[in-house]
Amino acid sequence: MVPITVEALIKIAIFLFVMMTAAAYLVLLERWMCAWIQDRKGPNRVGVPLTKIKLFGLGQPLADGLKMILKQEYTPAHVDKVLFTLAPIVILAAALATFAVIPMGSILPADVAFGYLDRPVEMIVAPSVDVGMLYVFALSSLAVYGVILGGWASNNKYGFIGALRSSAQLIAYELPLGLGILGVVLVANSLEPEKIIREQASTGLWFAFAQPLGFLVFLVAAFAEAARLPFDLPEAEQELVGGYHTEYSGIRLLLFLIAEFLHMVTASFLIVILFFGGWHLWGLTGANVTDVTWFQSIARVGVLTVKVLLLILFFMLVRWSWPRFRFDQLMTLAWKVMLPLGLVNLVVVAVTQEYHASIIAALEGLGGQFTLTACIWLVSILSCIAIAIIAPRSGDNRPRFYQLPLRGQA
Amino acid sequence: MKSDDPNIKWLDEPKLGLAGRLYLPLVVQGLTTTTRHLFSKKVTQSFPEQRPTFGNPLIYRGVHRLNRDEQGRVKCVACFLCATACPAHCIDIVGVESPWPDREKYPESFVIDELRCIFCGMCEEACPVDAIELTSLFDLTGRSREEMIFDKEKLLSVYDQTKDAEPMRSTTGRDHVEPAPGKST
Repeated sequence: MVPITVEALIKIAIFLFVMMTAAAYLVLLERWMCAWIQDRKGPNRVGVPLTKIKLFGLGQPLADGLKMILKQEYTPAHVDKVLFTLAPIVILAAALATFAVIPMGSILPADVAFGYLDRPVEMIVAPSVDVGMLYVFALSSLAVYGVILGGWASNNKYGFIGALRSSAQLIAYELPLGLGILGVVLVANSLEPEKIIREQASTGLWFAFAQPLGFLVFLVAAFAEAARLPFDLPEAEQELVGGYHTEYSGIRLLLFLIAEFLHMVTASFLIVILFFGGWHLWGLTGANVTDVTWFQSIARVGVLTVKVLLLILFFMLVRWSWPRFRFDQLMTLAWKVMLPLGLVNLVVVAVTQEYHASIIAALEGLGGQFTLTACIWLVSILSCIAIAIIAPRSGDNRPRFYQLPLRGQA
Repeated sequence: MKSDDPNIKWLDEPKLGLAGRLYLPLVVQGLTTTTRHLFSKKVTQSFPEQRPTFGNPLIYRGVHRLNRDEQGRVKCVACFLCATACPAHCIDIVGVESPWPDREKYPESFVIDELRCIFCGMCEEACPVDAIELTSLFDLTGRSREEMIFDKEKLLSVYDQTKDAEPMRSTTGRDHVEPAPGKST
């Protein structure tokens, strides 16, 4: 019998390895996407070390990592040395710890351990954590500590402005993020990621379709939380050199960059789990949770991975599609657009959830659930148009010309 | 300039329509553009394997060459016009009396410091007999500073190397000639 602690440790080891490798190769993917969108070919030279095999540039992450590690580890004289070293550790630890409650698949049948285990293996480090989403939120808020520590300890104005921007942005977008999640939690009746997926699998209706407004709000907020373009104000290169990691170099910079990529991966996982049914795909994976076949089990891992990968590709595509927001626009978007939309979504979801049975009964002749979903879509589109008509974002804060009375004429 | 200066023209942003304020059409527009470029033909030229193409190699300003005349002699008459025109002072000529009857002087030594040269093409402009020309060879490398100082023999060998691809201006009237079709270096 393998004790549960050992099982968890093995999972942690696998996840750490997978996540670190994935982050390295996502950097390569990002560089390729960047190049392709700009009509270039991208990194395609580095292959197997010490040979001439190029392998489409797949050796690039190794070269990048080696370069970062071999660079001089410079600590400027004017920094707070303890905090300066602590900041990247905090941010990476928080980013990695998030994955404890994120399922990488569904469940493996009990015979996976060849007799060492008498129970099915859940593909998650900490299975059945009731407060899963809450845990993710707490840790993603913790990430901002790493950013602020880094910016503050750098004793550098660019670093500090980057850190300030980051904190303001993250606090502003926690709200729409929470509102987007609230609708899902109301329907799924649980904060546990696995249960939220199970709810979507059992009804077959992913929350992205059931709550389009909530999805929109969460998607935008997730982009802002991951500090990806068009919300990458904390490290806007054109304004702030490098933002909060201006003063960093070598391994400590590498930790920051990995953490940033992991934030994007976390955001993709969250969006897939909350709104795209996690491992569920109609007709392929089945909805049964306690008793799965080997095929279903592997198909679920595949489906989840493909979904997450598609979402990461979307993140990268978006990065090169739109320019960065100005900071006041960023704030207006959060407080005056995303917050009301999130509230509307919450009300709609709460009402339909409370009176679900009677609404379905009333719409019996019209197709029940389908009509209800159509109505929710209609409300969502109407509220988007209403926000567009009110247009809180088209404020004008440029300096105004006022005719002042000339001296002596008054 | 004060803010009430009458010369300042105050402009207002054009009002956004509903589609603009809804932001969705712009989102779709941006994504379409990037997606189209994602799959479009790439413009990168993989340099060492694939030689880059020039618009017109005849007017490219690369490594110099010293042209030869029909009898294979150096065309230069050691008039020093190129050395005088050179803004970087990278041309060093030693002119001596010519052994041939068709000119008074010829360069005993003709040295160009390619590291000092700024490839402006003034020497080519100044030359009265079209003896010095800039070729389209651009990947000029060397392992030492000495190696990058080109003497007469080296410059003549550049001519031997490039004369077929890039004919001399004087023989072709190259200001009017079309570039050789599809030629790369």
